[in-house]
Amino acid sequence: MGDQPALKVGIVVFPGSNCDRDAQHAAQLAGAETQLLWHETPDLGGSDAVILPGGFAHGDYLRAGAIARFSPIMGPVREFAARGGLVLGICNGFQVLTEAGLLPGVLRRNATLRFEHRWVTLAVENRDTPFTRLVPQGKTLHMPIAHGEGNYWLPDDRLDALERSGQVVFRYTSPEGNPNGSARNIAGVTDERGRVCGLMPHPERASEELLGSDDGMLLIRSLVESMAKIEAAA
Amino acid sequence: METYRFSVSIMPRDGILDPAGKAVEAALPQLHADNVHEVRVGRRIELSVQAASVDAALETVDSLAADFLANPLIERWEISPL
Repeated sequence: MGDQPALKVGIVVFPGSNCDRDAQHAAQLAGAETQLLWHETPDLGGSDAVILPGGFAHGDYLRAGAIARFSPIMGPVREFAARGGLVLGICNGFQVLTEAGLLPGVLRRNATLRFEHRWVTLAVENRDTPFTRLVPQGKTLHMPIAHGEGNYWLPDDRLDALERSGQVVFRYTSPEGNPNGSARNIAGVTDERGRVCGLMPHPERASEELLGSDDGMLLIRSLVESMAKIEAAA
Repeated sequence: METYRFSVSIMPRDGILDPAGKAVEAALPQLHADNVHEVRVGRRIELSVQAASVDAALETVDSLAADFLANPLIERWEISPL
């Protein structure tokens, strides 16, 4: 019983990822083992959850995330997600997941015409997900953003469907409000099963009070706890 | 097999916000080009395809455009022979 291997979070490293170590640090703070997975790795090394970190995968050429979708590791990520594995995409990772079709929608250029890097406040619209289960009711989250393409969009009828199914998990809220023109202030969504999540703000950059906030750890700890529950149920 | 060369012009769909176009348009008054409006910025990709016929080559480019070169949710594209 005591010999159970610790649960492992795999963090994908694309050429151009730059938040991989931060994500690793946050996952370790949450008590998980971690492994960095180079994007050419043919499997997930037995990871129990996967994070696609922020950065500029493959230089964001063509569109952010468009080329990363073809990295060899995305095959195993896709299979893992299809089996119900937990996948969290942060910022560029969110963009990769939408381009890969693992999450609905598209992240357009910011309506402000600028790269936006600042602190935002998030309302958590769905606390019944593996990524938000530890967020206290009514709590808003203070986290930084840093992106040029975070302006979420889908046609209105599809947004309605997304809202009805509880897939809109994070929304920008006051006092800072919507930083990028995102439709319906959306900052993060899940897939239909709630096992794949993407958000533009950076929970790993809000992992310690010293950094200005540790609210991001609520998401990372939720992920690690959910991973243990899913493992126990398997 | 023949080699066919095409250009693929990719533009934001009508009604889809185009921040790059807006940024360019915002600079125009500096050039006293106040009579220029509705600037849209897209991109153009040129490529060569080896195929048995021009139709087969076109089909390849169109499926590439739909699946990769453009994001059909927000962009449209036009393929022209070069």
